[in-house]
Amino acid sequence: MTTLTTTVADSTTMLRRNLLHMVRYPGLTGFVVGIPVILLLLFVYVFGGTLGAGLPASEVGAAGSTGNAVHDYLAYVFPGILFIGIAGIASGASIGVAIDMTEGIVARFRSMAISRTAVLTGHVLGNAIQGVLVSVILVGVALVMGLRPTASPLAWIGIAAIVALVSLAVSWLGVALGVSAKSVEVSSNTPMVLVLLVFFGSGFVPTSTLPGWLQGFAEYQPFTTFIETVRALLFGADPGPNLWLALGWAVLLGAVGYVWARAMYVRKSVR
Amino acid sequence: MTSAISARGLRKSFGSQTVLDAIDFDVDEGSVFALLGPNGAGKTTAVHILSTLMPADAGTAIIGGHNVATEAGAVRAIIGLTGQFAAVDGLLTGEENLLLMARLRHLGSAAGRRRVDALLDQFDLTASARKPLATYSGGMRRRLDLAMTLVGDPRVIFLDEPTTGLDPRSRQTMWNIVRELVGRGVTIFLTTQYLDEADELASNIAVLDGGRVVASGSPDELKRRIPGGHVLLTFASADAQAAASTLLNVPADSDVANAALSLRVPIASDEVGTVREVLARLDGSAIALEGLSIHTPDLDDVFFALTGNSATAHPATTEAAS
Repeated sequence: MTTLTTTVADSTTMLRRNLLHMVRYPGLTGFVVGIPVILLLLFVYVFGGTLGAGLPASEVGAAGSTGNAVHDYLAYVFPGILFIGIAGIASGASIGVAIDMTEGIVARFRSMAISRTAVLTGHVLGNAIQGVLVSVILVGVALVMGLRPTASPLAWIGIAAIVALVSLAVSWLGVALGVSAKSVEVSSNTPMVLVLLVFFGSGFVPTSTLPGWLQGFAEYQPFTTFIETVRALLFGADPGPNLWLALGWAVLLGAVGYVWARAMYVRKSVR
Repeated sequence: MTSAISARGLRKSFGSQTVLDAIDFDVDEGSVFALLGPNGAGKTTAVHILSTLMPADAGTAIIGGHNVATEAGAVRAIIGLTGQFAAVDGLLTGEENLLLMARLRHLGSAAGRRRVDALLDQFDLTASARKPLATYSGGMRRRLDLAMTLVGDPRVIFLDEPTTGLDPRSRQTMWNIVRELVGRGVTIFLTTQYLDEADELASNIAVLDGGRVVASGSPDELKRRIPGGHVLLTFASADAQAAASTLLNVPADSDVANAALSLRVPIASDEVGTVREVLARLDGSAIALEGLSIHTPDLDDVFFALTGNSATAHPATTEAAS
């Protein structure tokens, strides 16, 4: 077999292993899916009245104001919650890899003639599937709550592509954090930084309402570009440069995560 | 015979701590080689270097004609590793663990299935094949671990302390499996802290202490070099003990529990001869004996003999150091 087919075959085998883990122990997946759904309900129905009324008219966006603050805020906050959910999958990847690294199974994999990073790729793919799953569930819940997107089929494909790409990127970062973590406990905390990024961007309130010193960062950081792109695409607006920024950020973050994870995995040969 | 494994001058340090200090050994194809040593002697490090998990700082290791450092891929294709801590996926069932290995060995689905079923049967795991590993006993996990190693039919198998923590029955099962593998021509590199295990299984032993091979040879050669074998006699009264002590010219030994009632007679060359002679002489003087037991050298004796006193360095020590 060539190197490429071996890599694909081994990664598929490892993906199957990770999917089995998810099916066998659905607790972590349930947590990863459940938290963003709860946040969506919380932000829309508890804070939505006030936050929705406070949205500047220019930021109600392409959705157009419905005259109902709660509904306006649902349309505004949905992309933010979507990326909270996607950022959240990094924890699952990180914990899964950190657990693997503390067990003998990784030593076994390393002593076998298999693709070096197949075990990491398996985690990434399994985890990215979780990201897509979280997104689909969130869209479903939001539709039930009254979200009425006007996206064209092409725009939906664009949204799906961004979701998949960011899920992969976040998963590679999560895997890198998991390989680098000194313990499983540490591995479950470090990926929280990604979730926080959504708060320091345009996830919940327009960046124009943030303190001046934060605006520069908030406007161009990865998650703002992801959120703004999806926000525009959902309601048939042109995402403009945010689309390219988002693609660039996703590829960059994914590449950093991959290179970092691979280097740490090779270096941390044996505990 | 050709060497399945050949190591020359392997060195490894972690920071300022030298774990392996230029060790050499050769393992014949189709034999069991035991690396014997206490915790921290460097056994696991040696296994990690040989199984391509960790580079050596210096020295070379050749397995099946391939250099471990430069041809890791070729080495990995012919070796199997069963580590000290069961290298199994605890979230899967036994069968799924084996199927995972079959896929990673690229056996193809029908051949993989057959191999997995055969191994489940051979290792007496068929009944628990579809149960989660949480329900497995320590012995079952170890058996599964070894079965996973065997999925790819490795020619050289590393067993790092395969029976540590197992009950006597599981230990016997493990030993039988190892004997059967050797019967099929597989080379086994075993590490253990138990002399009896090395004695049972290995045709060659290297004793590792503080990162050096302090002695090597067949089990019999090693045992001959180790004093410590003795016959322990116990008596009903202190008078009988005193009489026997004079008769046999063996001083009472304060190390022995209940010293006033027992005597430790060193075994000169063979056990049977020593016992026969002791009994004949005690009978001849009508000294009543209450009990008798034979003590063969154990690992403690090995280490006292080989590493206990640096002033009387063993020839093997100087050899290894040079």
